Amino acid sequence: MGIEQKLGDMGIVTLKLEQVVNWSRTYAMWPMLFGLACCAIEMMSAQASNYDMSRFGMELMRPSPRQSDLMIVAGRVSRKMAPVLRRLYDQMPDPKWVVSMGDCASCGGVFNNYAIVQGVDEVVPVDVYVAGCPPRPEALIHGIVTLHEKVKGEHFKDWA
Amino acid sequence: MDEHLQSAVDALKERFAAQVSEFRGEVSLILVPECIVDACRALHDEFSFELLSEETAVDYWPQETPRFHVVYRVRSLRDNLILGLRVPLNGITPVIPSIVEVYKNANWFERELWDMFGIRAEGHPDLRRILMPYDWEGHPLRKDYPLGYEEVAFSFNQKEIDDRKPFAKE
Repeated sequence: MGIEQKLGDMGIVTLKLEQVVNWSRTYAMWPMLFGLACCAIEMMSAQASNYDMSRFGMELMRPSPRQSDLMIVAGRVSRKMAPVLRRLYDQMPDPKWVVSMGDCASCGGVFNNYAIVQGVDEVVPVDVYVAGCPPRPEALIHGIVTLHEKVKGEHFKDWA
Repeated sequence: MDEHLQSAVDALKERFAAQVSEFRGEVSLILVPECIVDACRALHDEFSFELLSEETAVDYWPQETPRFHVVYRVRSLRDNLILGLRVPLNGITPVIPSIVEVYKNANWFERELWDMFGIRAEGHPDLRRILMPYDWEGHPLRKDYPLGYEEVAFSFNQKEIDDRKPFAKE
């Protein structure tokens, strides 16, 4: 006895196109394989089997910006790195999102000096900020689930 | 002091009128900029100091004049010795002769010296910045370089800071 007999005939589902597109974008989001500092270690462990980000459809880290939807800025961005980061962001195809992971990426963190960009939102538009130094994998996953909620509420006309 | 080190120190003292200072068993020679290349060559060729393990600078502004000390640390692998060389320099645009022809690895050290302290190595084959972006202005490890401190945002001044910050639009 399968689940379909418990739930009845599941042949037809009615919902808005916007909802189904956003839903599919949410669960097939490909983050870019891009780590800048110690936050990247936490990002790796969020990917690995203990925390397993693939439960949220995020198992595929792409090393190329042209194949990814999501940029996780994991670590402090130096002034020399900022143009590179912006270039990577520009190479990503729309629709694209940015998660600023950790205190350094969000506001400069402890590096309040000439060499570090004081918040990556000076360079790229950020959707979700994750606090922590570095944030635990749970915190990153919570940030990504928050991003999923945001994506589910998006409208086509805003992308046009 | 080790006898090999003693002979090297004595020779440099005699040839280049170096002052000798010793602190907790570490020997440093204070030299004038004009003779640094010859001193390095003598250490390298005659006293088997094969390895330049460090070349950097210290900025003593505003306590001392001359404000900069360029610090070299050469190492003898044969005799297991370390010898420090210090060259005091003054002025806003100090110049030191490059020792790349003696120690090849001084190339990147001298680029860092130029980048961080603005001490120009005369005769260096490729004197560019090494750490900071090429269009950077100023030399960050100088004591009179501003730290670039950004105001910390609290609830009473957050809006003011947000209005001023150059956020990326898209």
